[in-house]
Amino acid sequence: MALAPSGPAGSTNFPLYVPAFFRRLNSAAKQKVLAVQEFASLGIQSLRFAFSRPFYRTDLVQQMDAIGVQSLPIVLLTGFFTGMVLALQSSVQLTTFGATQYIGRLVTASMIRELGPVLAGLMVAGRVGSGIAAQIGSMRVTEQIDALSTLGTDPIRKLVTPRVLAALIMMPILTIITDFVGIVGGNVIATLYVGLPTGLYWQTVWEQIASGGFTFRYIPNDFIQGLIKPFVFGGLIAVTACYYGLNTKGGTEGVGVSTTRTVVTASIMILVVDYFLTQIMLVVFTP
Amino acid sequence: MTTPDDRDGPREADRRASDDRRGPLDPDAAVDGRRTVDREYAVRAAIRRELAEDAHDDVEEERAHPTVDEKAVIELKNITLSFDKPILEDISFSVFPGETVCVVGESGTGKSTALKLILRLLVPDSGAVTIDGQDITSVSYSEALRIRQNLGMVFQSAALFDSMTVFDNIAYPLREHVKMPSDQVESRVRETLEFVDLEPDEVMDQLPSELSGGMRKRVGIARGMAANPKIMLYDEPTSGLDPLTTGTITRLISKLQRELNVSSVVVSHDIRSVFRMATRVVLLYQRRIHFTGTPEEMAASEDRYIRDFLGGF
Repeated sequence: MALAPSGPAGSTNFPLYVPAFFRRLNSAAKQKVLAVQEFASLGIQSLRFAFSRPFYRTDLVQQMDAIGVQSLPIVLLTGFFTGMVLALQSSVQLTTFGATQYIGRLVTASMIRELGPVLAGLMVAGRVGSGIAAQIGSMRVTEQIDALSTLGTDPIRKLVTPRVLAALIMMPILTIITDFVGIVGGNVIATLYVGLPTGLYWQTVWEQIASGGFTFRYIPNDFIQGLIKPFVFGGLIAVTACYYGLNTKGGTEGVGVSTTRTVVTASIMILVVDYFLTQIMLVVFTP
Repeated sequence: MTTPDDRDGPREADRRASDDRRGPLDPDAAVDGRRTVDREYAVRAAIRRELAEDAHDDVEEERAHPTVDEKAVIELKNITLSFDKPILEDISFSVFPGETVCVVGESGTGKSTALKLILRLLVPDSGAVTIDGQDITSVSYSEALRIRQNLGMVFQSAALFDSMTVFDNIAYPLREHVKMPSDQVESRVRETLEFVDLEPDEVMDQLPSELSGGMRKRVGIARGMAANPKIMLYDEPTSGLDPLTTGTITRLISKLQRELNVSSVVVSHDIRSVFRMATRVVLLYQRRIHFTGTPEEMAASEDRYIRDFLGGF
């Protein structure tokens, strides 16, 4: 899905008195709108292909391995140390009020609602997003995408759909793992450094989870909030990476540019979308 | 097997070497500049003669002679295409069954674009591209994917999937569309590898990155022909290869056409190999077709641009 070639800046039929600056602005703005439109249609199309044949099951499993299983080490490390540092920082503050028993609640709320999804998202954007963009980008510049098309395979169906699906499935799982090791990291600090009994720590963890209320009686609202986000982030990362990969131009240098753009764009989108999702969910899930 | 090419090889090389030896060291030429110019003309004339002979003798039996009343397999009618600037203007040519049409021209004249039009990777601004009588300019995207399955394409860079082994690369079109049982896939892959003169057991499990340029091209041809297409398209099949490998690839393309009666379109600017394999040559110049005809007609042409084009390689 290469960008449709468009005329040089200012080629639109403007009256002569319109300054060149505005003509360029007009053409640049159109390019941006077109890019957003292509981005959205790539996402929609990749999902549509998930429900029709041929479906590349082997590619999906491979991508689930690449995106999910192989991201485990960095996600485990990130989660564990974030949990530890959260417990450490909050213990310093809470000790002054004699409220150290709330460490568990604080760590849990932060990890499940915000830090788990966002940190896992940023890590995956860096590791997986760059990988996807580089792989698809180099396939583009070495004519492998054209080769796929000429062999009668839709490159979106073969390359984009498995990656988007794998990211949608694996991101929530990675987030659950990040949340859990983060809370365990908090437990280590609370027990060894602050001297809070492990039993009490986990009791406060559960209190915090329960305090958010339940949907359908058994599903904690915090879990739902914490899992909708990574689902959205996973989709954003995969579609962004595939979009920049497919639109790579200019040889190996172009592959580098696509990779950088993917990581920057996906990271920014994660942070911005996170804010708006939080706003929406606060309204929906506030008891 | 000794091909006419091999027989001619050493003799031709000797003659060239003696030409070279005489060149700068020739005392007469050093004193008389006009004689050097004469010699240059003589060398060019010799090359032209050689090309014409090439076209006449060696390849004569290798080339098919299409009958004109047959229906064209590929037909480009009055194609015009432009992006930021015009790329092709009023291009028309046909490819008949069993024919090898070579599209030649300077770099940037839209040769590869013509291939992309045949593959419907691009749609022309005006005009029509028909394959087996079906106009492909107005078909849907999924229909275009289906039509492409009947075409075999060999890319300039071979474009092998670098995450797959040679076996998986060649098996790709068979598994993807033909839905062949796995034992048949293997025998077909072996068959195609043998056809392109590669040892199946040696290369099958290798990755494309482990192969030499010439081997990669041959695997590319094997992948293109795996699903038995009736039409093969080649984008610069001999670029970046040494003269010997170029000869091998050229013979391979001729063999494909001769033994399997495949119709081919070859985009190239390697005039020597074009003259060896083409049944017809299409010369593009400044976005338009400047000449269409047999290699013999091209070699005999008095047109100034064609003379320059042939002399300047």
